[in-house]
Amino acid sequence: MAIDNETVKRVAFLSRLKVEDDKIEPTKEEFNKILQWIEELNEINTDEVEPLISVNNVNLRMRNDEITTGNCREDILKNAPSAEYDYFAVPKVVE
Amino acid sequence: MAEYIIETAKGKWEVVVGLEIHCQIISKSKIFSGASTEFGDEPNTNVSFVDAGMPGMLPTLNKECVHQAIKTGLGLNAKINKYSEFSRKNYFYADMPTDYQITQFRYPIVGEGNICVDLSDGSTKNIGIERMHIEQDAGKSIHDLSPTKSFIDLNRAGVGLMEIVTKPDFRSPEEAGAFLRKLRSILRYLGTCDGNMDEGSMRCDVNVSVRPYGSNEFRTRCEMKNVNSVKFVMQAIENEAKRHIEVYENGGTVEQETRQFDPSTGLTKVMRKKEFAHDYRYFPEPDLPPLILTDEYIDSVKNEMIELPDAKKQRFIEKLGLTAYDAMVLCENKEVADFFEKAAAGHDAKKVANWMMSDFFAMLNKKHLEISQSPVSAENLGALVELISKEVISGKIAKDVFEIMSETGENPEKIVEEKGLKQVTDTSAIEAIIEKVIADNPDNVAAYKNGKTNLAGWFVGQTLKLSQGKANPQIVNKLVKEKLDN
Amino acid sequence: MNDITKLTVCETLDALKSKKFSSVELTKSYLENMEKGRHYNAYITECADKALKQAEMADRNYQSGNNRLLEGIPLGIKDLFCTKDIRTTAASHILDNFVPTYESTVTQNLLNDGAVFLGKLNLDEFAMGGSNETSYFGPVINPWSKDKDLVPGGSSGGSAAAVAANMCAAATGTDTGGSIREPAAFCGCTGIKPTYGRCSRYGIVAFASSLDQAGPIAKDVKDCALLLQSMAGFDEKDSTSCDIAVPNYVDFLNKDIKGLTIGLPKEYRPQGLNEEVASYWDKAAEYLKARGAIVKEISLPHTKYALATYYVLAPAEASSNLARYDGIRYGFRAEGKNLDELYINTRTLGFGKEVKRRIMIGTYVLSAGYYDAYYLKAQKMRRLIHNDFMEAFKQCDIILTPTSPITAFPIGDESMLDNPINMYLNDVFTVSINLAGLPALSLPIGLSQNGLPLGMQLIGKPFDEATIFSVAAKIEEDAKFERK
Repeated sequence: MAIDNETVKRVAFLSRLKVEDDKIEPTKEEFNKILQWIEELNEINTDEVEPLISVNNVNLRMRNDEITTGNCREDILKNAPSAEYDYFAVPKVVE
Repeated sequence: MAEYIIETAKGKWEVVVGLEIHCQIISKSKIFSGASTEFGDEPNTNVSFVDAGMPGMLPTLNKECVHQAIKTGLGLNAKINKYSEFSRKNYFYADMPTDYQITQFRYPIVGEGNICVDLSDGSTKNIGIERMHIEQDAGKSIHDLSPTKSFIDLNRAGVGLMEIVTKPDFRSPEEAGAFLRKLRSILRYLGTCDGNMDEGSMRCDVNVSVRPYGSNEFRTRCEMKNVNSVKFVMQAIENEAKRHIEVYENGGTVEQETRQFDPSTGLTKVMRKKEFAHDYRYFPEPDLPPLILTDEYIDSVKNEMIELPDAKKQRFIEKLGLTAYDAMVLCENKEVADFFEKAAAGHDAKKVANWMMSDFFAMLNKKHLEISQSPVSAENLGALVELISKEVISGKIAKDVFEIMSETGENPEKIVEEKGLKQVTDTSAIEAIIEKVIADNPDNVAAYKNGKTNLAGWFVGQTLKLSQGKANPQIVNKLVKEKLDN
Repeated sequence: MNDITKLTVCETLDALKSKKFSSVELTKSYLENMEKGRHYNAYITECADKALKQAEMADRNYQSGNNRLLEGIPLGIKDLFCTKDIRTTAASHILDNFVPTYESTVTQNLLNDGAVFLGKLNLDEFAMGGSNETSYFGPVINPWSKDKDLVPGGSSGGSAAAVAANMCAAATGTDTGGSIREPAAFCGCTGIKPTYGRCSRYGIVAFASSLDQAGPIAKDVKDCALLLQSMAGFDEKDSTSCDIAVPNYVDFLNKDIKGLTIGLPKEYRPQGLNEEVASYWDKAAEYLKARGAIVKEISLPHTKYALATYYVLAPAEASSNLARYDGIRYGFRAEGKNLDELYINTRTLGFGKEVKRRIMIGTYVLSAGYYDAYYLKAQKMRRLIHNDFMEAFKQCDIILTPTSPITAFPIGDESMLDNPINMYLNDVFTVSINLAGLPALSLPIGLSQNGLPLGMQLIGKPFDEATIFSVAAKIEEDAKFERK
């Protein structure tokens, strides 16, 4: 399943990364090499195999409904590149 | 019920609607963190490092959210899945700190179910539930503090949500509205969501398509996001259906897109075209192993289940003799139903229902009170009805007594006693009044005797007036006739 | 005085207890070594003042007899562990100003046991790499380098280099596909990646959540046992952490291995396996046989597919885990006219090349239309690889393999930089173990002809790190590897 330039652009946008125009072609080629290598997995028929999602067979633990954290706004905002009026600030969102 | 057919000069159309409803789960702490779910606090105070998506932070599942989801699932007559799985839904969004939402995708906690909705003509319809899953809510952006910036508050980020997806079973705006009211009623009965659409604790996405009347096809649908009242949902369906029909009748095609409903105009406008649709890249959440529920646990939740509106309504009709309409109205809200049952205990339930549906609700409306704030207690309302049943007071006097009760909160026996409002059933006392009326009005007596027999009513009225309403009207009726005819 | 930095952690503890020197003296010696060893570029952040304060505290505890398991031991911390009030970068520009307001569970465990933190160690950016060359802060130099600067392995390259050069008594590492074991092997150190679920992942910057595990890199097997003892344990803040008691690992070092069955997977001896590597492998097996263990060939039939499986699953999880680095709540931000521009500029400038490559590959394999062909396929392959090990462990107690098919290579090796697959191939002996969630330890077995350390890997059953330590101690004793 070789990918094309459009796919490279789409994947870059989904990843919120910029691939400069002159890098699209080499990126595509590099990806195709990696994907081709990955496709060796198709040598094995896995139709009857259950996907492995969780390696250590633990059942999901549940915690009690208690308030244990919060009221730490200073810590939450401490590393913010831009914070005003106790909010995180970003360029105006239009949608 | 009457079919909802949209007729144009060119043909007849039918609307096909499905709903996706996000319901905030009632719990103290968030679904994946120990921060409070309190609404309306100072910005970014109810936020943990997990909610803020800080590096290395991991989600842990709140037991109560699972419990509430199972309760809700049972309330939707749905299958509870013993195996469910959390997934990540990936998209960049300023209000979502990890830039993915933890939700359930392939294996939701609740499977297929159904809700019976009551329609205005007295009929009912079953609406299928496709699934329900649990997930986390996003934060909120504030756009009106600055012309160039948006501000993000994460207090809501991570509050538990139940997303209920219906089958495309609605064929009219009314059905959708009735469904939302019924769903809200069930959620409130269960105490799993407060159902306040205006505060955003219940939010509705509406999927609308149309098709020629009588056809079975499914045409392209449009989704309207976050429509925030029952009325708006109904309006959105009506107007969106009209828009589709117009497009088709003008030879066009409807594009699959996400639209926004504008409450000020009632119309919808494009938000996102299909080609810009997100690619959510769902995959199983590696930070949370699968959720496995045991039969014992599910059974224990079943045992906690209370009587829901439909069952209650049925019981009110069958056991208490209420009309379907009265039963439906009284059962919509659990507090109302509980009040009614308390008031009706040991008394004439139908009469109690009549009183609640008329004077009682009118009084609450007039005073802008919730039922929990009613000055008239359930016991006192029951006692009032009892006084009428036992003919201690007349229906007319009862209205006056109720008036006093709603001002003072006093019990009706006391009011009747103190104000001497007891009905007079002593025939000699009544006869005395009638005789006085006859004696004072010889002209009318003569007219009556000359054939104006409908004047009897006037004599009855005069007698009741003189008795200050306390005379038993039936006895007055009987005696007036006897006296005049003698 | 600097000789005291050559002692193992266990030897140091004895010396501290018997007051041969103080923790402050010890810490100062390590700080001196760190200064002298700056050219190795092993540390991203040094915290001398804080360390000395901790050491003073430790000395007081020794005075009062309240000394704990690791009282006064100066450690280096991989800069992927969030440390409260100490900058935590993940070796990325995008986090280069991030100061956590919280502590990871593993480092908290170490602090609770009295450890002293000397600073934060270099690594591949977000632990993505096998040579420590992807770090925003520049490559780490392997202390075993001779004429040419060699890589220390990755991603815990700073950890292994710092331990090898006596710039810390021991270090923490993390291992997603070999990131503890490979650098340990390249730098002549001992490192263990415990069973998935043994150490809490809470507070460790996530790379691939279903594969990441923390573990120690140390001077010898006993130190690893002691360090893991402190780092491991159930944590309710990590839903994948297992509630299984942590045994006293040090007790297992002297345990007899007579009668244990050691499996040698035939798939790990492909055509063209480096002869030196093969002969050391045989030698290690001989040591164990001589001590009464039964050595037998086993098969892990899907070994060949482990790398490709890993390079689907790990980037997929990473693409999602690294989405949060968007310039809004913490870390580097590049401005943009609108939000999408801000995201794109921030991430494009903030991430390095390899990280971006993996994010995009991961995004692609999860995207609509490709999920089944790549991601789901890889999850199914993961099941088969996991099953291989479960089958193998019906026939043996421990699996012995080389850690890496090669020794440390020069920094800037073009065949690796030009073709990422060549770099990925170095993980061939280590990734399966992460896919299966098993514990595995690497220890030095000897030097290659060119004088570089080679590592052996011992793989155990789930949660049976104890048996790994028993066996590793025997190989260590017989191999008599000389540390730097």
